[in-house]
Amino acid sequence: MSARELSYAEAVREALAQAMEADERVFLMGEDIGVYGGAFQVTGDLVHRFGEDRVMDTPIAELGAAGVAVGAALAGSKPVFEFQFSDFATLAMEQIVNQAAKIRFMLGGKVSVPLVMRFPAGSGTGAAAQHSQSLDAWFAHVPGLKVVQPATPHDAKGLLLSAIDDPDPVMVFEHKLLYKMKGEVPEEAYRVPIGKALVRREGRHVTIVATAIMVHRALEAAEILSGEGIDVEVIDLRTLRPLDTQTIIESVKKTTRLACVYEGVKTLGIGAEISAMIAESEAFDYLDAPILRLGGAEAPIPYNPVLEKAAVPQTDGIIASVRRLVTGRI
Amino acid sequence: MTQVTQETVAVSNLRDFYRHFDTTALRDALRRMYLIRRFEEGAEEAYTRGLIHGTMHLSIGQEASAVGSCMDLRKTDYITSTHRGHGHCIAKGADPKLMFAEFFGKEEGYCRGRGGSMHIADVESGNLGANGIVGGGLPIAVGAALAIRKQKRDDVAVCFFGDGASNEGAFHEALNMAAIWKLPVLFICENNKYGMSVSTERSMAVRNVADRAPAYNMPGEIVDGNRIEDVSEAVMRATARARNGDGPSLIETKTYRIRGHSKSDRNRYRTKEEIEEWKARDPIGHFEANLEAFGILRKDEAEAIRVAAEVEIAAAVEFAKGGTDPLPADLMRDVYTKGAA
Ligand SMILES: Cc1ncc(C[n+]2csc(CCOP(=O)(O)OP(=O)(O)O)c2C)c(N)n1
Ligand SMILES: [Mg+2]
Repeated sequence: MSARELSYAEAVREALAQAMEADERVFLMGEDIGVYGGAFQVTGDLVHRFGEDRVMDTPIAELGAAGVAVGAALAGSKPVFEFQFSDFATLAMEQIVNQAAKIRFMLGGKVSVPLVMRFPAGSGTGAAAQHSQSLDAWFAHVPGLKVVQPATPHDAKGLLLSAIDDPDPVMVFEHKLLYKMKGEVPEEAYRVPIGKALVRREGRHVTIVATAIMVHRALEAAEILSGEGIDVEVIDLRTLRPLDTQTIIESVKKTTRLACVYEGVKTLGIGAEISAMIAESEAFDYLDAPILRLGGAEAPIPYNPVLEKAAVPQTDGIIASVRRLVTGRI
Repeated sequence: MTQVTQETVAVSNLRDFYRHFDTTALRDALRRMYLIRRFEEGAEEAYTRGLIHGTMHLSIGQEASAVGSCMDLRKTDYITSTHRGHGHCIAKGADPKLMFAEFFGKEEGYCRGRGGSMHIADVESGNLGANGIVGGGLPIAVGAALAIRKQKRDDVAVCFFGDGASNEGAFHEALNMAAIWKLPVLFICENNKYGMSVSTERSMAVRNVADRAPAYNMPGEIVDGNRIEDVSEAVMRATARARNGDGPSLIETKTYRIRGHSKSDRNRYRTKEEIEEWKARDPIGHFEANLEAFGILRKDEAEAIRVAAEVEIAAAVEFAKGGTDPLPADLMRDVYTKGAA
């Protein structure tokens, strides 16, 4: 029997539905997630299956609604909160960073905050500077939060189910350009563990650690570079916090070269952390070349489509940079 | 809402609006309403034909609110606008050529192609910009009003926002500050009954956004947002108050967006009947009929204004198509005022 395919958005929806069926404490909150079906049609028809009490449209009030989710989680519910665009989480940072992330610690471990937040992120839709950011590293900077970034429909479902199981706040970053991507998704409610990276392609000459849509661009680049005799290993990071240092260290020891590819602004992004982690680790002595970071430009995302593309790593740029890293040639 | 009456009204019986503005100003208001309508229809066509990317939020049906609010403003008065901002922009005096150039992502555009539909600003005519963040402009307008006062000017800041935005904390914080500091700011809520899909009945504890004004000790006035004279008269009262140092006001223009929220709206949350009912209350038709009934404009003159708007928008699209594409080498331009990074 051929495996069933779902789109990334459908995989997220299936995880939400299975979690709600399995546990009546689980409910959804967000803007226009009811009859509208969500800005990216992720919740779709869930309001018709589970009703308005469990698929709650909130007013446009990110700070307040995020705080309501925190409070509900503290008091025994399991909210899954959708930001319409990840950019709007900036309005809710207080509740996420000062409250959700710290309450358990501040209260001496007496409570926990089983909250999941979903963030449609990234550029490529022509929505300009306030609707295109990749802010995942901001959240990964906060102890008390976990941050996952699934790159495939399979992981979108499995990581979301793990996030909903988790007793602590988990931030799930979903790339908007991946929502329509199709892939194999098992029907049962399986889990993908938080904190585990995945080697998506094995190689001997260089390790690329990539996140979200960059995983796919890195795999494309690896395919083309293999035609030139460059053997690329591609690691899909999947979780930003806690970081799976072991998988990356082992890979770099084997390949002796490291490139980090991510969409968020390069400076102080996830690549900075991975580079520093490798520099501090036993893998440092194995390096045959300086570490390479390919990240977003040091600028907001522009509207013009040509500039918008130029602002984040594209496959061609990955190929050229990785080729230079391995061969020293341009 | 009442239907337009066709009998001619003696000039002495005309309401303030038709006496305050001379014929040129009234015709210009109609011209701007047609320009907005054609601009947005043109943008929609260009989008459908794949000439522009991204998304856009059309204000078709809300033209009276935009033009009525800006008619009596000076160039030195500020406005802050929203994601649904094309109308405000044209009403405050922007050139559709440069707006279309922005839509097409060209260097000639108001934001050099960096901002697109959701960020069009025309700083020279006092438009501090559309905004991609719902409620983002509310505190900014209060800040502009604070600067006006510090500089001892008698200008005002006019803040446009939607019914949905009035549920953001920024709305409540902004109104409170404007009130305690008695700043010259007008909060103009364009209540088109919905945020994206959620109706005001489902998102607000009170019936009207204006009902929230008493909590901030400022007048809250409700007007028919599809009747330019109602909007304009209320705005003139509020600007007079503000220029006089008597503080902020809230005006709620009850109106309706005929198109969906954005290009991805499937209209699942409202009925065809509701949309049709509001189409029948077309703000342009209403104004034009009044101008004719009051002998301010002949039918053929109105027709000429409409045609001129079409011609201007067609020329604007052509201008935009021929614009200059930004160079990737200029990606970092204007991140800072002076070299950094
Ligand atoms: C802070 C923030 N939250 C959500 C959105 C997404 N969004 C854009 S427009 C909109 C609806 C706004 O409703 P309203 O203020 O009534 O303005 P209207 O669209 O009706 O003109 C929403 C939810 C956003 N852009 N910014
Ligand atoms: Mg609205």
